[in-house]
Amino acid sequence: MNNRAGIKGTTFHLDGTQVEGFPVPGARLSEMLREQLGARDVKIGCNAGDCGACTVLIDGDPVCACLTPAQQVDGKRVETLRGLQRDDATAQVLGESFQDHGAAQCGICTPGMLVSAVALLRGTPNPTDVQVQDALGGVLCRCTGYRKIIDAVVGTKPITENTPGNIGDAIRRVDGLGKVSGVEAFGDDVAPPGTLEIFIIRSPYPRAKFTLGDLDAYGAQEGIAAVLTAKDITGKNAFGVIPQFVDQPVFAETETRFRGEAVAAVVGTPEVIGVLDPDTFPVQWTELPPISDVKSAQRPDAKQLHDGRSNNVMCGGFVQRGDAETALAGADVVVEGHFQSGFVEHAYIEPEAGFAEIVDGRVEVHACTQAPVMDLEALEVILGMDRSQIRIVPTGVGGGFGAKLDITVQPYLALAALKTGKPVRLAYSREESMQSSTKRHPSDIQLRIGASKSGEVTGFDFYGEFDTGAYASWGPTVAIRVPVHASGPYKIADYRAESKGIHTNNPPAGAFRGFGVPQSAIAQESLFDVLAEKLGIDALEFRIKNALENGASTVCGQVFSQGVGIKACFESLRSAWVAEREMAAEINAQNSKIKRGVGVAGGWYGCGNTSLPNPSTIKSGVLADGTVILHQGAMDIGQGANTVIAQIFATALGVPVGSVKIVGPDTDVTPDAGKTSASRQTYVSGNAARMSGETLRSLILEKINVAADAKMEFDAGRLIATDTGGSHTIDLASMEQDGDGFIFRAEETYDPPTKPLDANGQGAPYAQFGYAAHLAVVEVDTALGTTKAIKFVAAHDVGKAINPMLVEGQVHGGIAQGLGMALMEEYLPGRTENLHDYLIPTIGDIPPIETIIIEETDAHGPYGAKGLGEHVLIPTAPAILNAIYNAVGVRVTKVPATPSKLRAGIKAGPQ
Amino acid sequence: MYHAPTELNDALRTLSEEGGQVVAGGTDVYPSAKQGKMPTHFLDLTRISGLGGISHHQDSIRIGATATWTDVIKSDLPAAFDALKQAAREVGSVQIQNSGTIAGNLCNASPAADGVPPLLALDASVELTSMTRGSRRCPLSEFITGVRQTTLLPDELLTAILVPPPPVEMGSAFEKLGSRRYLVISISMTAAMVSCDDTGKIEQARIAIGACSPVALRMPLLEASLIGQTPKDVTIDPDLFASLTPIDDVRGSTEFRLDVVVEQCARAVKRAANL
Ligand SMILES: Cc1cc2nc3c(=O)[nH]c(=O)nc-3n(C[C@H](O)[C@H](O)[C@H](O)COP(=O)(O)OP(=O)(O)OC[C@H]3O[C@@H](n4cnc5c(N)ncnc54)[C@H](O)[C@@H]3O)c2cc1C
Ligand code: FES
Ligand code: FES
Repeated sequence: MNNRAGIKGTTFHLDGTQVEGFPVPGARLSEMLREQLGARDVKIGCNAGDCGACTVLIDGDPVCACLTPAQQVDGKRVETLRGLQRDDATAQVLGESFQDHGAAQCGICTPGMLVSAVALLRGTPNPTDVQVQDALGGVLCRCTGYRKIIDAVVGTKPITENTPGNIGDAIRRVDGLGKVSGVEAFGDDVAPPGTLEIFIIRSPYPRAKFTLGDLDAYGAQEGIAAVLTAKDITGKNAFGVIPQFVDQPVFAETETRFRGEAVAAVVGTPEVIGVLDPDTFPVQWTELPPISDVKSAQRPDAKQLHDGRSNNVMCGGFVQRGDAETALAGADVVVEGHFQSGFVEHAYIEPEAGFAEIVDGRVEVHACTQAPVMDLEALEVILGMDRSQIRIVPTGVGGGFGAKLDITVQPYLALAALKTGKPVRLAYSREESMQSSTKRHPSDIQLRIGASKSGEVTGFDFYGEFDTGAYASWGPTVAIRVPVHASGPYKIADYRAESKGIHTNNPPAGAFRGFGVPQSAIAQESLFDVLAEKLGIDALEFRIKNALENGASTVCGQVFSQGVGIKACFESLRSAWVAEREMAAEINAQNSKIKRGVGVAGGWYGCGNTSLPNPSTIKSGVLADGTVILHQGAMDIGQGANTVIAQIFATALGVPVGSVKIVGPDTDVTPDAGKTSASRQTYVSGNAARMSGETLRSLILEKINVAADAKMEFDAGRLIATDTGGSHTIDLASMEQDGDGFIFRAEETYDPPTKPLDANGQGAPYAQFGYAAHLAVVEVDTALGTTKAIKFVAAHDVGKAINPMLVEGQVHGGIAQGLGMALMEEYLPGRTENLHDYLIPTIGDIPPIETIIIEETDAHGPYGAKGLGEHVLIPTAPAILNAIYNAVGVRVTKVPATPSKLRAGIKAGPQ
Repeated sequence: MYHAPTELNDALRTLSEEGGQVVAGGTDVYPSAKQGKMPTHFLDLTRISGLGGISHHQDSIRIGATATWTDVIKSDLPAAFDALKQAAREVGSVQIQNSGTIAGNLCNASPAADGVPPLLALDASVELTSMTRGSRRCPLSEFITGVRQTTLLPDELLTAILVPPPPVEMGSAFEKLGSRRYLVISISMTAAMVSCDDTGKIEQARIAIGACSPVALRMPLLEASLIGQTPKDVTIDPDLFASLTPIDDVRGSTEFRLDVVVEQCARAVKRAANL
């Protein structure tokens, strides 16, 4: 059959049903499945075969739907996750196993993983780890670190248990089912097919002047609904995440400051946008000489990117305690080093995407985000509209890691919906996602550390320059966090640390797991090894000797009387440290080409904003039918906030987690629980959830007049409370409801107690720190320069593990990202703008990880819990670099330690 | 238009009369498609009868134009094909191996195409067929002429890869160096085919190296230098790599490629000799 456009039908079996699609010549199978046949469970991460998220089975064999011409499936059998979950027993068992292991975090890779795994298990019911790796090697995951996925497919015994889900219980994610069954809707999954689409015209140069041509004529073409430029911005053409640094235009006006910056947007039908050739857009570019590094940016003759930021210095950070210079002069041993790192891309598998529409005159934006209320506030300014006229409805988020804190697709969607009055959608291509999203700051660090003969660190002098790119984004946060954290979790009396964020014509660098701390940790933890070696002290014992303790002052002069768990972390690694070193020595004695090394490193990270308020509010209530509602505004971007916050709340209320119904972070109905960043959700929103649960409980107990330890049960319209005096029932349906339908309601806000930093960075920047120590075992192929990670042992002080399964998930995922940063990842604008050339670890690159959970409870955390999300990757890269040095005597000071770089070091001989 | 003929003649006629983007697995066609510049005419080869599979003939082993990497992996082939099989297992991922064809790999003519060194070592040629001129044969070493350049004419299809029956006594191996385990383009790669005499000395040797020059190369001087050596203690003379001109890019420096390829050769030779 042909359709109206004369396109021949493609008839095939989709998940057991005969279907017909009408793909245009060259259409990808993924496109036909998603847009014509409703198979939105097939995910698009790259459209280039690099991520495997689009994997489907054709006649039983896994292929990338994004590389398959749609017409090729004519007469064939296509299976996708949804159908498999519905009909295939193997897939169903696997889906359960994925949930038990926490093998789906954000869930965007999960369809690809599960579909590939089903194909494997059909032929090989009891696969080995290596067989699983070979079968799933084509699917990238940025969240899990892959080991839980391997465990789930192999079917090892999970750590989850079927318990009520109180704090401390390793329960499944409460939102896991949607992820393993392919029904969770991510940013590009919510728009109805046929919706108008947006294409953004971007600068092909790092710096260029431009003039726009006849846009009216261009816009008058068939199928084009609108062309948007800076002129269409009804409010202010500026956004930024820090009020004093709002410097980024939605559309550049005359000059672009980085490659990939937007200058215009075309809104049109899918048919037109799909084949739109950007070269036909009327814009004339004049390329201008760019500033591409922090050194040339600071030269007196360098072009200044922003007014008021002379020498292109955006801002700096400074912490000073004691007298570092004098201490270094008097130290028995002083070591110094110069350390560098490049841009690192977040590489979440879900590119930024969303959908907007006008509903009752208000604009509603559905998009993937880490910070719905910040999105709303940014749109308020850009659109020049009252916030009551804007609604943000977050979709599922396929990974964020910091870059989805900044607005991305939101202003384009809102502007286009307002201008056309119609629903619109926008999904970034992988290339534009990589070009335009923020990155980890490249760093250039000079560090000197001194020590006494007995091994006490005596002086520490740190200077770091960070390439913040064209716009500020979270650069100021990085500049401020780094000097506070650069000491690492150690007692250092004489300390000086200065950082600067420098503008260049590179992509804006922003928030990425750790806000600059992973970079400074590489310098500090590498030099600690150098120092220990010079002193002849064991590297682990040297760290234990200098580790921060309760009652000791941090470099900011903050003294914690409790909760400092770094020593316990290091000490928990002792036995592995000894055993692994012995094993390495044995292996090395027998091998000349492959050398094994063991390295250790520590880290700390302050949870929440640095000396600034960052409150979370959690609302909860009980409905007349007995449903307990938790308005959970903390964005779950895969890390598990939905589960952790629900566990804390349920514990406080005294009910099993299963009886709590979550309402998500829709800005119309759910109070602001702040952004998902700074490892703050478990700690800050968790506290608000605890308070909300406790308040709700006391309201109920008071009403029924039962003892504080009464057991509560909700049962169709009734509430039953039982204490030693017996059972008391109230009929909820007969009670008065408030505007939300609540019979009981509680809304509580928590804001961490901090104190401002003075001019020397002295104060109380965070109410709590979390602590971590990693041990890495690697093997270096000395002839090829390749490094293979063999094993990690990771100790984390989380205060109280609200959900140990989720703790392990964070640790694994962080280690995978740390490994990527150490060994393979470097974003080069114009050169590595896809997942083919920008390499992130695959399932074959992450070795077994042993997680040791340390629980040094924190007085401020909910039930003693501390944040974890960022801590997990801070020690990884330096541990690997230290292990490489231990293996081959080469100190890599510029990451990534690619084979090329490492081999050059090996040839040059031990340092 | 999207043509997916079932007969070779139809395909050849369409190609000569209408042209269009030839597509097999699509694993090179789609990733290289630029926004707004995707062709609108396609000629899909995957339904053409007789073009798939791997068949054994008197004078050759024939790899059909639509044979995929997975087909190679699953085929029963002589030991001299082990290098090609190992290369196939290293191409991208299972997904890519299931779709991508060897023929597409050759036609795409990337300097880092993993299929080329093993096939060069096998002395493969390609069969190129057009509607008007019928078939011609071209040694693989002459087919690929530069980065993304071949002698394929606009009206021709590569209909088969032909491998002369390799000496049964020759083993082979493939070494690939990349920065991660899966889904990785080679920094450098080496295919080796060797056989040894009764005393364990190398009697025949073929070496081909990829990703170190615009077109992968056989290494005749190096091959000659291997004769008479024992694989276990093989020494590779770096001076015999003068024909290589590796580029300096994000994957590795020129110097690095020249350096590691020596080691790769030694390892490939040892493995080809079953060590
Ligand atoms: C994620 C990913 C990873 C990859 N990894 C590797 C790797 O590790 N090593 C490697 O070598 N390659 C790799 N590739 C490249 C690719 O898979 C191969 O080159 C593949 O073998 C091409 O075959 P195809 O059938 O998909 O070609 P197609 O994409 O269908 O076609 C490729 C080109 O060849 C032409 N063509 C195809 N067949 C014929 C024919 N019979 N006659 C005339 N012209 C023809 C087409 O017109 C087109 O120009 C990778 C690709 C992807 C997407
Ligand atoms: S979307 Fe197909 S492989 Fe990434
Ligand atoms: S769970 Fe794999 S990418 Fe998020």
